[in-house]
Amino acid sequence: MAVADAKLPAKKKAPGIRLFGHRVPLSAQIGFLIIFANLILMIFAPLLAPYGEGVVPTDLQKWASPSAAHWLGTDAIGRDILSQLLYGARLSIGLSLLTTIIAFIIGIVTGFTASIMGRWVDVALSRFADLILSMPTLIFCLVIITVVMANEDAVVTATGVSNAFFEGMVIVLVIGFLYAVPVFRLARAVSMNIVALEYVEAARLRGESIWWVIRREVLPNSIPPLVAEFGLRFCFTFLLIASLSFLGLGIQPPYQDWGSMVNQNAQAIFIGKPQPLFAAGAIAILTIGVNLVVDWLLSVYSRAHGENA
Amino acid sequence: MSDAATARRPFGDQVLDVEDLRIEVRTDAGPGPVLVDNVSLQLRQGEVLGLIGESGAGKSTIGLATMGYSRSGCFITGGKIIFRGKDVRTMTREERQDLRGHGVAYIAQSAAASFNPALTLYEQICEIALRRGLMKEEEAKADAVRLFKELELPNPEKFGERYPHQVSGGQLQRAMAAMAMITKPSILIFDEPTTALDVTTQVEVLASFRKLIREHGTAALYITHDLAVVAQIADRIMVLRHGKMIEVGDATQILQAPREEYTRRLVAERTVANQNLREEAKAATAPLLEIKNVVASYRSLTKVINDVSIDIQRGDTVAVVGESGSGKSTLARVVVGLLPRSEGDVRFQGESLPARLQDRTRDQLRRIQMIYQMPDVALNPRQTLLEIIGRPIEFYFGRGKAEVKDKVGELLRHIDLPESFINRRPGELSGGQKQRVCIARALAAEPELIICDEVTSALDQLVGEEILRLLNRLQDELGIAYMFITHDLGTVKRIANKVAVMLKGQLVAYGDTAKIFAPPYHPYTELLLSSVPEMRADWLDEVLAKRTKRT
Amino acid sequence: MLKLISQRLALGLVTLFFASALIFFTTTLLPGDFASAMLGQQATAENTAAIRAQLNLDRPAVLRYADWLSGAVRGDFGKSLASNRPVAEEIAPRLANTFFLAIYAALVAVPLSVFLGIMAAIRQGSVFDRTVNVGALLTISVPEFFLGYLLLMFLAAHLRVFPVLSVVSPTMPFFTRLYVTFLPMITLVLVIVAHMMRMTRASVLQVMASPYIEMAYLKGLPKWRVVVQHALPNALAPIVNVIALNLAYLVVGVVVVERVFVYPGMGQMLVDAVSKRNIPTVLACGLIFAVVFISLNILADLLSIMSNPRLRHPR
Repeated sequence: MAVADAKLPAKKKAPGIRLFGHRVPLSAQIGFLIIFANLILMIFAPLLAPYGEGVVPTDLQKWASPSAAHWLGTDAIGRDILSQLLYGARLSIGLSLLTTIIAFIIGIVTGFTASIMGRWVDVALSRFADLILSMPTLIFCLVIITVVMANEDAVVTATGVSNAFFEGMVIVLVIGFLYAVPVFRLARAVSMNIVALEYVEAARLRGESIWWVIRREVLPNSIPPLVAEFGLRFCFTFLLIASLSFLGLGIQPPYQDWGSMVNQNAQAIFIGKPQPLFAAGAIAILTIGVNLVVDWLLSVYSRAHGENA
Repeated sequence: MSDAATARRPFGDQVLDVEDLRIEVRTDAGPGPVLVDNVSLQLRQGEVLGLIGESGAGKSTIGLATMGYSRSGCFITGGKIIFRGKDVRTMTREERQDLRGHGVAYIAQSAAASFNPALTLYEQICEIALRRGLMKEEEAKADAVRLFKELELPNPEKFGERYPHQVSGGQLQRAMAAMAMITKPSILIFDEPTTALDVTTQVEVLASFRKLIREHGTAALYITHDLAVVAQIADRIMVLRHGKMIEVGDATQILQAPREEYTRRLVAERTVANQNLREEAKAATAPLLEIKNVVASYRSLTKVINDVSIDIQRGDTVAVVGESGSGKSTLARVVVGLLPRSEGDVRFQGESLPARLQDRTRDQLRRIQMIYQMPDVALNPRQTLLEIIGRPIEFYFGRGKAEVKDKVGELLRHIDLPESFINRRPGELSGGQKQRVCIARALAAEPELIICDEVTSALDQLVGEEILRLLNRLQDELGIAYMFITHDLGTVKRIANKVAVMLKGQLVAYGDTAKIFAPPYHPYTELLLSSVPEMRADWLDEVLAKRTKRT
Repeated sequence: MLKLISQRLALGLVTLFFASALIFFTTTLLPGDFASAMLGQQATAENTAAIRAQLNLDRPAVLRYADWLSGAVRGDFGKSLASNRPVAEEIAPRLANTFFLAIYAALVAVPLSVFLGIMAAIRQGSVFDRTVNVGALLTISVPEFFLGYLLLMFLAAHLRVFPVLSVVSPTMPFFTRLYVTFLPMITLVLVIVAHMMRMTRASVLQVMASPYIEMAYLKGLPKWRVVVQHALPNALAPIVNVIALNLAYLVVGVVVVERVFVYPGMGQMLVDAVSKRNIPTVLACGLIFAVVFISLNILADLLSIMSNPRLRHPR
């Protein structure tokens, strides 16, 4: 019957670890390992930390070098750095995750809506997005934080939430909204690309509803770039929050995230002690890990799309 | 070739001798498919060898290999390529650079992509000649201008000063020929040079090439998938398939008395394409689809479709032909409602269809289905065949899962695919198989009219022929009408009993195929028909003679 | 092309205008009483009234914006709430310091990253390319303060090659200035070079993958000529774009770097003003940073339009 049609040969599977049918190179494996380790440390911090959170141990020593009792030494007030690092992980990673999730939800919903509703909605949202994107994020953050923080006492007395909660919420919401904008851009672009493909048109021609089209045709094919973007956004958020804390404008004492740990221990560098490098290093390692995984995801996506398009 | 022509060009010494050439793919995962499998060919001075084959036959790979070049991932693993006594494979880098551009020159398929947008045509055309210090700049430019004149390019003195994006596709293709000829190479390699051009431009460019080769006595490898084109220009023809040589011989022998089975099928398919196969139209009943005086435009004010009227009866196949920009695909979009018409009416079984897709009922949408040109993007890569073909059944008829599965199995049988494919995804199918799935998806809705938008244009010739046969058979069995959009007149004759010819958004001819394709012709129809290369070797001369007579 | 350029310039001016409005109107986010909120615990009836008068808080927001903007354009940003001196006076030396650092970093970073990027692209897949890639990925991932403190610890505290604090004074001789600001400059450079090099490499690779490059090889041209004559003219536009975009990033990076090295620039000033809720200074610094950032982005667009061969020679 079908004569000239060559049957496609069975794909030979190359050796190596696979995930969702794609080979995972060494770099991405390291990345996954780093992410996994961080999550474990974060979740089980109370069990793993040698000392309690914020506790000054009895053998008070400021700026102690790494030793058996204190693997990473002690900080300016004498607290064990390793314990602070483990507890700080919860704030750093937790807040960043929460912020990224908020950014993503807002960004994806607005992005898909803009691409499908089209015309006025799309133009208005896109112009607004362009405006926000044209501003330097950190600077804009600082301006907003100034203003909102000036309101802190009023809100705290009015609603009864703690100062720390208010500050945390401010960071999460401000960065969440700011970073929702690039996610909006990406979601809109991805969705428009897919909407232009013929199988989406075929579905529309059938008379399928918009929600069905999004759910069955657009979303499953947009997952890889969106997941990669999630990773990237997480990194940006993570670094931004750490930078804000480092500048003394993020998490305030007595709470410590990694960024404020660097800030508070900064003086040690001037006398040649490595204290601030541990928290900074922790930030670096996690970011590298996530970037490695994101790089792999992006390469998989571009290859797969090449076959289809 | 006519005797006069052969006498005009006695062939000289052998310039190229390829022995048992073998080219394989090698990736990190290990050795891959063999692209060229022990192919041998010889080329003499002044001779044109046509390399014929479908996609994946290895013809381009062979062409590039004669210059000692292979694309990334491909390696020449065996054989000899002897150019004027020296084996290309053993050449040093400098010798190979000398070979390219001076010994062997390459003319690519897409001129637009092969020219650097940042440099003028002069700079790119003359740079090889200048590089060697062989010529001075004025000499090189003068040579270029002479070539432009030979190739009949407009305004030859100033042509070279322009940038690639400032000239048209056909002119750029000829400029590429000038770039290849300027160093007077011994061999020219034409790699599908007219495939991307409109049929009418193709004729002129082909004629220019032939003139060029004859006047300079260059040897040439002409790579194409179109037998009729190669018939006009080649002295000998080699047929390739999956990297292996099937047959080689004189052009006349291959075209008129092919020996191998595969060659015979290729020749037969091409010749049949030029005969009328479809019967006359049936007795006029109430028309199924009426397009009446439709006008449509995109956001700009120019009318993309201007006062078009077509009737399609039940069981008809109406072909809508035209070149790019004629508006034929747009007409399809107006019929289904993707592009609302601004004037006129579209009636289905007497009932006027709302202009916009959103305003139509589900049943109205069900009765008209569409099949696209590129099966790769017409199928959702993440869905199985069951989901793809089953969805219309579920959507339009509300059947349960078990019934849907049965129906899908039945449809798979209808399109000659094994039922076991039901759980496969599009990525596991070949191009032709994917197109069949698209047909099954359309059939699942039990439509009365199917719009086929260039459905065979992206497929190999023989595969496309299969699809056409399938469509004909389905029409005989199920009585579906087709609106068949295409630019290929050969296909029209095989499948359509009525044809509508469009030019720049207007209908220039419409009626029974037999009548439209017989004289007296509308001038544009004549132009289109005459541009379709026929398998006779003297076809090109005839067409050119007719054109010069007229002008 | 001229039309495109003027359109882009016009769009840029509009963006600048809206950005200034955005910055200013965040101050109107405060629902409560502006003055007492700023003074916090020190609010009394007198100083609250004084603040209100000073900032003209009784006027409607839009008019205050107009006043502020017209003043800003003339260089008058009002008075600092911390010191009661004109903001412009306080900013000027800081601005000079920051510009110095930024330009110093840019002059080193741009040639270095373009060179590395082009080399890595030409030698794609080689050891050089892979090393450079890994290095860039690592550098991009780490926060600026990590690099800064690392350098400080090794080069300043331990090896004492450079001073620990980047103290600059207006009267300092030029070369001493270069020496003292070397470490913060290198930190900035490391960060931008990583980004710029990666993007340059990607642009060049994309150009090298074009069919006309293959055609150039098929004409028998040697590699260097293909790269220089054919690839680079087409890679110019995207590379220039990359450079301008990353220079805009300098504006942001400088804030953290100044803090690490205790460098008396505008970044430090902004951070101090934020923690002290010194709104006029915050607005002034914010506006200046935003203007530089947006202008560099506009410049990137304009240069990219001007180096696109298709736009320079229209049909």
